[in-house]
Amino acid sequence: MNKITIGLLMGLVLGAIDGASAWFYPEVRSMIAGIMVGSSIKGLIVGLLTGWFAQKVRSTPWGIVVGAALGLLFAFLVASMGDEAGGHHYLEIMLPGFVVGAIIGFVTQKTGKAGRAERAAL
Amino acid sequence: MDLSDAVLDRLRHVAALPDLSATRYEIEREIGRGGIGVVYAVLDRDLDRRVALKVLEVPLAGEARLIARLEHPAIVPIHEAGVLPDGRAFYTMKLVSGARLDRYADEQRSLADRLRVVRRVGEALAFAHSRGVIHRDLKPQNVMVGEFGEVYVMDWGVEAVGGTPGYRAPETVLDHRSDIYALGALLRFVVPSSAPPALRAVVARATSADPAARYPDVTGMLDDIERFQEGLAVEAWSEPLWHRTKRFASRNALLLWLVAAYAFVKFLLFFLRTL
Repeated sequence: MNKITIGLLMGLVLGAIDGASAWFYPEVRSMIAGIMVGSSIKGLIVGLLTGWFAQKVRSTPWGIVVGAALGLLFAFLVASMGDEAGGHHYLEIMLPGFVVGAIIGFVTQKTGKAGRAERAAL
Repeated sequence: MDLSDAVLDRLRHVAALPDLSATRYEIEREIGRGGIGVVYAVLDRDLDRRVALKVLEVPLAGEARLIARLEHPAIVPIHEAGVLPDGRAFYTMKLVSGARLDRYADEQRSLADRLRVVRRVGEALAFAHSRGVIHRDLKPQNVMVGEFGEVYVMDWGVEAVGGTPGYRAPETVLDHRSDIYALGALLRFVVPSSAPPALRAVVARATSADPAARYPDVTGMLDDIERFQEGLAVEAWSEPLWHRTKRFASRNALLLWLVAAYAFVKFLLFFLRTL
């Protein structure tokens, strides 16, 4: 399995789990399906980009930094969209998004096959 | 005229030196003495370079040609073989400067350094086995580590050698598995007695008295050493669950910290909300 696929899978699973944690908040429990779908899509995009980065650069510290930064960026975009009441939950969305991005960055660096160009160089 | 002890010693020394007058070599000094021969540093007058010349007390078997064809970075290349006027066989080889493994291992070396040497020796053995040659007498004294870390395995496959106690496999007929035994004994020699159990298990399997219980080939043993170095489970040891968990945690410490950070963030946010 290549690193982009690993990133997509990790992003999807962790995004879904992160979204599912909204169940603990009664005020948004009714929207949990939408939150999970949105969070999964966010995870997929972060996973895709982080996996692509891991194909190009073999560095665990940089993988974590880039994953965390992408997680933070996309979590910010989601948070800035606001909820139905017009409220913004920057901290609640961006902080976990940051850590989830870091986890995806770590996993894509440590697992999955290197890209074709890199294998040829090894 | 009275001969002093010093002169007598000198005469005895010169008389014991091999007669190289019919060759292009000129003896400089003796550099080693083993059970089957003596090694000298000699000058190759034709090529104006220093090489090692080994004079054997036993006949050089036909496989010398085979050994000479072993071209591998960790195998000392043989330049020439021949017979001296007194009938003793000799061969010349690259003169390696560095430390013998027994002396190298005496110094403060990291486990990674020691394992690197064993792996290089193993690679040379695997190569030789693929060409149908076995070493027969692998031991620390037959491994040289150069000043830049290069590793050389010497004294290959002389039929008359019966092996060295502690490194010789117990079976009477030697084959490639006997070299695996010796490589296991070599590994035991270079790693500290406090080595992790996984590494001790690799030694135990390689040095099993039953050849069938050893690794089937050198590559299998090298793979296990590599797995050990990468923090993976080795084939030689079915580790207990607690050890497996500990190894996983040690190998994935950063990931576990990140997961813990995520859980902490989620709990923190949840409890901050209830305040």
